[in-house]
Amino acid sequence: MKFDRRLMLVMLAPGAALAAWLALGGVLLRMTLDPAQRAGVDAAIGPLVASHGVLPVAWWLIAAALAAWAAGRLYAAHVAAPARLADATRVLIGDVAAPDLVPRGGAAARDLTAAINGLAGTRRALHEDMARLVAEASQGVAEQRDQLGALMAELNQSVVVCNLDGRILLYNRRARQLFRRLSRTPQGAGGAELIGLGRSIYGVFDRALIAHALETVDRRIARGGDAATVSARFVTGTPAGHLLRVSMAPVRPAASDRPALTGFVLLLDDITDEYEAHSRRDRQLLELTEASRASFASMQAALDMLDYPDLAAEERDRFHKVVRDEVSAMSARLTALAAGTSQDLMTRWPLQEMLGGDLVAAAVTRIEADTGQRVASDKVDGTLWLGVDSFALIQALAFLASRVVEAFDRPDLRIRLAQAGNRAHLDLIWAAEDARPETLAGWQTGAMQVGDARSPLSVRDVAERHCGEVWFEHDRSLALSFFRFLLPLATGEPAAAVTPGDTRPEYYDFDLFAASEGGRALDERLLEDIAYTVFDTETTGLHPAHGDEIIQIGATRIVNGKLLRGECFDQLVDPQRSIPEASIPIHGIRPAMVRGKPSIAEVMPAFRAFASDTVLVGHNVAFDMRFLKLKEAVSGVRFDQPVLDTLLLSSVVHPNEASHDLEAIAARLGVTISGRHTGVGDALATAEVFLKLLPLLREQGILTLGQAREAAQKSYYSRLRY
Amino acid sequence: MSFKVLIADDEPNIVVSLEFMMKREGYEVLVARDGRQALEAIRRERPQLVLLDAMMPGMSGFDVCEAVRADGAVRDTRILMLTAKGRDTDVARGVGVGADAYMTKPFSTRDLMQKVRDMLA
Repeated sequence: MKFDRRLMLVMLAPGAALAAWLALGGVLLRMTLDPAQRAGVDAAIGPLVASHGVLPVAWWLIAAALAAWAAGRLYAAHVAAPARLADATRVLIGDVAAPDLVPRGGAAARDLTAAINGLAGTRRALHEDMARLVAEASQGVAEQRDQLGALMAELNQSVVVCNLDGRILLYNRRARQLFRRLSRTPQGAGGAELIGLGRSIYGVFDRALIAHALETVDRRIARGGDAATVSARFVTGTPAGHLLRVSMAPVRPAASDRPALTGFVLLLDDITDEYEAHSRRDRQLLELTEASRASFASMQAALDMLDYPDLAAEERDRFHKVVRDEVSAMSARLTALAAGTSQDLMTRWPLQEMLGGDLVAAAVTRIEADTGQRVASDKVDGTLWLGVDSFALIQALAFLASRVVEAFDRPDLRIRLAQAGNRAHLDLIWAAEDARPETLAGWQTGAMQVGDARSPLSVRDVAERHCGEVWFEHDRSLALSFFRFLLPLATGEPAAAVTPGDTRPEYYDFDLFAASEGGRALDERLLEDIAYTVFDTETTGLHPAHGDEIIQIGATRIVNGKLLRGECFDQLVDPQRSIPEASIPIHGIRPAMVRGKPSIAEVMPAFRAFASDTVLVGHNVAFDMRFLKLKEAVSGVRFDQPVLDTLLLSSVVHPNEASHDLEAIAARLGVTISGRHTGVGDALATAEVFLKLLPLLREQGILTLGQAREAAQKSYYSRLRY
Repeated sequence: MSFKVLIADDEPNIVVSLEFMMKREGYEVLVARDGRQALEAIRRERPQLVLLDAMMPGMSGFDVCEAVRADGAVRDTRILMLTAKGRDTDVARGVGVGADAYMTKPFSTRDLMQKVRDMLA
């Protein structure tokens, strides 16, 4: 039991006071006596002290003990119990979830405890309500964000949302594809060096252009424009020679009256092709007009001259020749023009890119459902990519099939798809001894009707919508009839299909709205607020100075404390030397894989662009940096941003652990590694390790980049030389 | 006295008819095949009227017109621009650089002759 000094004092005090009181009484009594009486008392009491002195002391001792007991009880009830109650209450103040106080002591104390418990209970309920509301609200917000993100991902237009610093906080799949085309390093980074969460839009657009557009928006709002609908439009060229039409809408908080901008939304269209087609057409039209005017002028003048009755024969011949010359020149011009523009004569109907196999499968399903007739599709080149309006085309096929089934007594139907030059033939075939063209009259030009569904289009309209053709053929020798659609192949490369089950890449982070560098030096910024490029290289060996070379760079990004798996850099590099057999089991890169890949001098600028404005992170990064450093001269690229090493940071966090290789750290921190020793696989693992290290560093008081770099430098491992 | 008329056009098929027409009207006819030749002929021969095509290789009709108006010696040469450029912006440019008249191809020869006679009157 703890020794309580105050309790001791409180218990001894009454005895001491009683002793002092008695002594004082004795002294006062003695002072009232004259010397003779004092001597008499002394003589009477003196001999008794020795024999009876213990009695008054014992009497006092009993009184003192009783008083001490009473004082102790009073102390426990009125000092110790309230103090304990106060302590317990303080715990309640600090921790909402702390248990109720246990009632102790007298009735009053128990009453007080109950009252405090009541108050705590009310507060707890309030707190729980609040927490529930907050959770509901944030779940609602999160759902809305996810819905918005999903919606954006499916939009057919490129969308980019930025905060006022020009940092990208949302972009959609289309935008990513657009920027992949704009990228001058389409291989490794795939546009991720231009567009990425937290990246600056000013890497793509001139800052002044955006500022001008924002001013335009502000002016319109100042003139009384509706803030919700005002937008600015501009067209701009990009360094890679693309022409973008941009529509900018401001983002402002909805609540307040005249709220300030918090960011802006950009809608982007790549109008390069469109613009070129337009200007080519304009140019052709203008040339044709002017050339025709000149020709007609010559002809008209010559014809006018021929009206003169008194022309000599050779003059007449000369003017006839002029007319003949000009007529043939005009025909030649028109022929050339027609040949040049036939590809351009598009109906401007938006066609989608579709795999031939998918189109045929859908058509077969539809026809079988409509006619109840089996459709064979064995002669189909399913690998063709077509540019089609699949709905209208399948409707046309279904319409023709149902007419064929009615008119020809349910013949076997067959669909065939094959490439024909730079177009494709899509045939609907049935067995028929003779063509019976009178039966087919009007099928191609009449409005399509299948069951109750009547379409405003005819089969011919559908063909023309594809800038294609449709016709009927009969093969007498095989006794087959067929309708043949001539369809365009998909232009360019079909967009990479998204495989189901893909995790949706991180395309948005609205927390960046509030993010601002605040003008602080990088070293003073919190580790959580910094954007990182986490990277790893694979090399032919360990000795860059002795001719070993980089053969792969893999990297990923961390922005706002989130790993962006969708924004990776993955590039094989031609080392322009042999790859030692012994190293192949480590990195799995064979010589054939790097043949034809860009050299390090081409890859470094792309990687620098990808890593711009970020802090570099790597595992045992000094090794990678040495390789990069040796290539500064040949590539003209320097990496002068700060660098963090997960190996050193791990040794800061766990100084007593023996191993700090990536597997060991990952195991310690509960990170599972997949794709070890591939560029991106290692980079992703390192990034996850780094994210786990951040809170551990925080516990050690390492909050800023500067502190982290300092601590890493001091760590044991940094003193070793690699 | 007979007027001197310069026909400046790179299209031989129109020159044939214009030359025939002007000669028949009794004018002395000079022919230039491009802008540079035309400017030289104007300075050397001092024609009263130039039928000037706007689109010629090398120096365009617009350039010739500007040069003529800037040259004190030949500034007063009357210029009739005959061109296949029919947009109103082209007409504005022709008048702006100092053409006295502007005819868009194709034209009726009767109108052209009337205009030529008016300009030489």
